[in-house]
Amino acid sequence: MKYFVQENPQSRSFPGGDPFLAGASARNEADVLVITGDAACPQDTKFSAVLVELDLECLGARTGEGDGEEGSNVVGFARYRNGNEPPSSLIELVRQKNTAAGAIEAAKAVLQAAGFSVSVCTDQPGRIIDRLVRPKYNVALRFLDEGLASRADIDLTCQLGLGYPDGPIERVIRGGLGRHYDIAQALFETYGNPGFAPARRSVVAKQRREN
Amino acid sequence: MTKTIQTVGVCGAAGTMGAGIAIVAARAGFRTIAFDKSPEGLSRAAQNTAAFFDKSVQRGKMDTRMRDQILARLSATSEIDALSDCDLVIEAVFEDIGVKKQLLAELDAVCSPETIFASNTSTLSITEIASGSTRPERVVGMHFCLPAQLMKLVEMTPGILTDPGVFATAWNWTEQSGQRPVRTQDKPGFILNALLVPFNNDAIRAVEAGVASADDIDRAIKVALGYKMGPLELIDLIGLDTQIRLCEAFYPTTLDPRASAPPLLRRMVAAGLLGRKSGRGFFEYENSAMFGA
Ligand SMILES: NC(=O)c1ccc[n+]([C@@H]2O[C@H](COP(=O)([O-])OP(=O)(O)OC[C@H]3O[C@@H](n4cnc5c(N)ncnc54)[C@H](O)[C@@H]3O)[C@@H](O)[C@H]2O)c1
Repeated sequence: MKYFVQENPQSRSFPGGDPFLAGASARNEADVLVITGDAACPQDTKFSAVLVELDLECLGARTGEGDGEEGSNVVGFARYRNGNEPPSSLIELVRQKNTAAGAIEAAKAVLQAAGFSVSVCTDQPGRIIDRLVRPKYNVALRFLDEGLASRADIDLTCQLGLGYPDGPIERVIRGGLGRHYDIAQALFETYGNPGFAPARRSVVAKQRREN
Repeated sequence: MTKTIQTVGVCGAAGTMGAGIAIVAARAGFRTIAFDKSPEGLSRAAQNTAAFFDKSVQRGKMDTRMRDQILARLSATSEIDALSDCDLVIEAVFEDIGVKKQLLAELDAVCSPETIFASNTSTLSITEIASGSTRPERVVGMHFCLPAQLMKLVEMTPGILTDPGVFATAWNWTEQSGQRPVRTQDKPGFILNALLVPFNNDAIRAVEAGVASADDIDRAIKVALGYKMGPLELIDLIGLDTQIRLCEAFYPTTLDPRASAPPLLRRMVAAGLLGRKSGRGFFEYENSAMFGA
């Protein structure tokens, strides 16, 4: 299956020079259209699937929403990336209720053939990863403030006790506390769950305009 | 003043954690007394322990002489009086505040005034457990990870009344045993469970909210973050009933909504889906074989 990439150099998923871009075919040969960055989302049924890149927003913000029956050949995607670290090989695919099954299959086929792991999720803020890790990072940062243990010991506990490759605090700091603030704040606004409320250290980073 | 520890007692040594902790102590060269009120349990644990060290010999980690020396240092008893010589007593009995306080009171009558008491509790307060002893200054938290004989991490916690010298002696013993202690405050779940239990609940709530399938969630977490296990696979291993018990230990003390048991978790347990041990939880299993050697 072939894909064409309508490229935007600001893409978080496929920054300039990413091998995925080099593997693209010509537009008229492609089954799947991939639109990177924050570009408009076209209605183009010539393609089996139109993939639009998402950042913190929902797919509905790009396609518009109706009465809970929305869905077309447009599929959202985001390649997971901890701040500005190199992107991971996970791509979250975002579907709506009536997204065409064929569109999801085509999107998966193209991405898996390019070597990515794909997880499909519904159109909820934070998708899978941020929804699960941001509250954990908030708690770890609060533990640091409260003196539960040192930064090094909190991180080491997760590595030795849970087999994580790195600890939550070093990871959230590497990804940028300002970025953490933006993501957590967006989740908090939607869900209202106090677990998403940005941790004090990220508020400070935001006030200092750090990334 | 630090006293050297020579003899270690392990209470609840027929249990999952106690048996592993006894292995750690004996392997590190300490005379180790495995105490449990269940004699059948102790003989089962002794067989498993011998098998564990046989495997260590097979894998070239030690020779038979070393294995025999370790096993000779290890004895088992159902009589609490046998702990009278212990310099350190580590308790890993049922996770029940009444049982633990009662045990400490009984140990008071048996052990010397110098003995240090350590609790392997996961969810209870070290200070509260220590209140069962007439010597709360000699009680510390020493939380091993499952399986204790393979995992190096030990969260170590002083209670409000713990003597710093006692804590230092216990800390040195943990290091001498080849473990890696980390110091935490006496707060619910210390570091590990305080981070893990709500995170696992969040994963269950994501399934319940229709965000994604268990399979998609676990794959995402493993690939994006490099975790060895996805959260739902891990809950299946821990046991869904155990996850509820953890929630019920933490939520009433912290009132953290993330620590409360998700409704889906309760429904699954009611349906008998307990995870690996019942053959089905968030995933299905062909056999209920447990891990560890
Ligand atoms: N299982 C885990 O993953 C894990 C991990 C870390 C810490 N812990 C903690 O370790 C402790 C034990 O947990 P477990 O899972 O090994 O339990 P378990 O049920 O496997 O073992 C408990 C053992 O204690 C014995 N026992 C109970 N009351 C006793 C008493 N008064 N005197 C002597 N023996 C007694 C029982 O006969 C049993 O053999 C708990 O405090 C638990 O929170 C468990």
